[in-house]
Amino acid sequence: MNPPLSEPEVSAGFLSRALANRSFVIGFTITAIVAAMALVSFFWTPYDVTRLIVADRMQPPSFEHPLGTDHFGRDMLSMIMVGARNSIAVALVAVGIGMGIGVPLGCWAAARGGIVDEALMRFNDLVFAFPALLSAIMITAIFGPGAINAIIAIGIFNIPVFARVSRAGALSLWPREFILASRAAGKGKVLITVEHILPNIANLLLVQGTIQFALGILAEAGLSYVGLGAQPPMPSWGRMLFDAQTRMVVAPYLAIIPGMAIIVTVLGLNLIGDGISDTLDPKLRRRP
Amino acid sequence: MTAYLGKRLLIGLATLLVASVVVFAILEILPGDPARLMLGMNATADAVEALRNEMGLNEGLLPRYLAWVGGMLSLDFGRSYTYSVPVIELIRERAIVSVPLALMSLALSTAIAIPVGVFAAARRGRPADTVAMAASQLGVAVPNFWFALLLVYVFAVWLRLVPAGGFPGWSAGAWPALKALILPSIALAVPQAAILARVTRSALLDVLGEDFIRTARAKGLPRGAVLWRHALRNAMLPVLTIMGLQFGFLLAGTIIIENVFSLPGLGRLIFQALNQRDLIVVEGIVMLLVATIVAVNLLVDLSYAIVDPRLRTAR
Repeated sequence: MNPPLSEPEVSAGFLSRALANRSFVIGFTITAIVAAMALVSFFWTPYDVTRLIVADRMQPPSFEHPLGTDHFGRDMLSMIMVGARNSIAVALVAVGIGMGIGVPLGCWAAARGGIVDEALMRFNDLVFAFPALLSAIMITAIFGPGAINAIIAIGIFNIPVFARVSRAGALSLWPREFILASRAAGKGKVLITVEHILPNIANLLLVQGTIQFALGILAEAGLSYVGLGAQPPMPSWGRMLFDAQTRMVVAPYLAIIPGMAIIVTVLGLNLIGDGISDTLDPKLRRRP
Repeated sequence: MTAYLGKRLLIGLATLLVASVVVFAILEILPGDPARLMLGMNATADAVEALRNEMGLNEGLLPRYLAWVGGMLSLDFGRSYTYSVPVIELIRERAIVSVPLALMSLALSTAIAIPVGVFAAARRGRPADTVAMAASQLGVAVPNFWFALLLVYVFAVWLRLVPAGGFPGWSAGAWPALKALILPSIALAVPQAAILARVTRSALLDVLGEDFIRTARAKGLPRGAVLWRHALRNAMLPVLTIMGLQFGFLLAGTIIIENVFSLPGLGRLIFQALNQRDLIVVEGIVMLLVATIVAVNLLVDLSYAIVDPRLRTAR
């Protein structure tokens, strides 16, 4: 009955608008292809990545091996497919950790304000003062290299990012009329956060999620490259780059292909993020 | 403004204090006995115990922490377990590679990003803007160590213009030394520049819609003057903020890039020290890096006041 008190419908037509956005469509297509590759690799790859055929080593791309073979004679296409699994899993779980802990913290800080809020923001400053990659290197060096420790190391540094974004989003919502209305109706802060704040910051979190996902893939590749990520028989893009480094002169494709895989995946995720934020921001939508 | 800077300074110091506790605690749980490492596996238990006493490893946590922090305040970072030289010596030796590398990358990334961002913003929506933004979108996605490998292949292996890796030392003359840092700094700078160019463009676009820009144009100022002098200066705040944040990424990036080019910098040192369980060296470098980042962010806060005079009188 009272229009200004009703909740703004953020998601109305959101999907159809996003689908009209070029960045979103291209990014979504790329990401879907990479994800499909990773999924298919669970039950089918062109060749077995655990079988080493030394006779076939370092063959340039050909009809049998579309992306060539590595120094152990493993098929590069199969390696890229299985590597995608590793990259996606590490980055996705790291985003999950960041969201799972960061969002509740950020919402809590926004709802409580005062000392809780101040303490949280100072904690954020502290984490930001540590170069994330340096800390990830320390964490993996201490607890041993491996995919699980890489996930934890990357995930920890996603926490303050999501805390900050959700706090900022929630703070802008708390003074709004529809929140005041539900407070007047006697709803508690937890209920308001779950029912009104979270749905309204979901899109913001989605954008940040795609950014952190992309950064996670880059970070995982960096850690594997220095030998602290997924450990050898398990193929990973960063590790493939490390192996290719000493063979650059004879077989440059060994370095180019995994690099392209990383770039395309990160690009796809960033385009999705751009597409969503273009769709959300009416100021940008008026773009000529 | 002074109150604001004072508060930031306090927060910076608090950050350093907490960081020192965290670093100390994390490295405390690392397995491996430094004394045993220094003496080798054949040393007798008595000899190890004697050395532990000498190094102060048998004292309690708190005295050791206080001694470590107290030492750092007077630039005494302790002695390396494996090299048996003061840590500060090691750091100085390596910093003369890493610091020029970081500064060169920062300068290069700014020199690329600001003109590209301004150029794209001035031609908003036109083909030049689209191309610049597509290129920057690609640049953001490129891992710097992969870009480094590509640069080595093209410029060192193929064209033989610069060395593929290694560092001749500054004693070999400034030019050979700088030459060894060119590819690493490009590899570090380009992905950073891509991000910074996007930030510059969007900050400028926000400013270009303001009334004072229309006034400046209306009173007949040339486009270039409006763009570079009036608009850019007002768009600098977000650009500076991102540059400050990027400095941390840059320092961390040097760790990986130094490994690609086998440069004897701080990044290589921290890897070696971690592998050899030379904890005191790791602690020293990490604290130094954190202190640098805190200092850079304070400088960024200070630079706000220089760029924007309104902030000097505010609050």
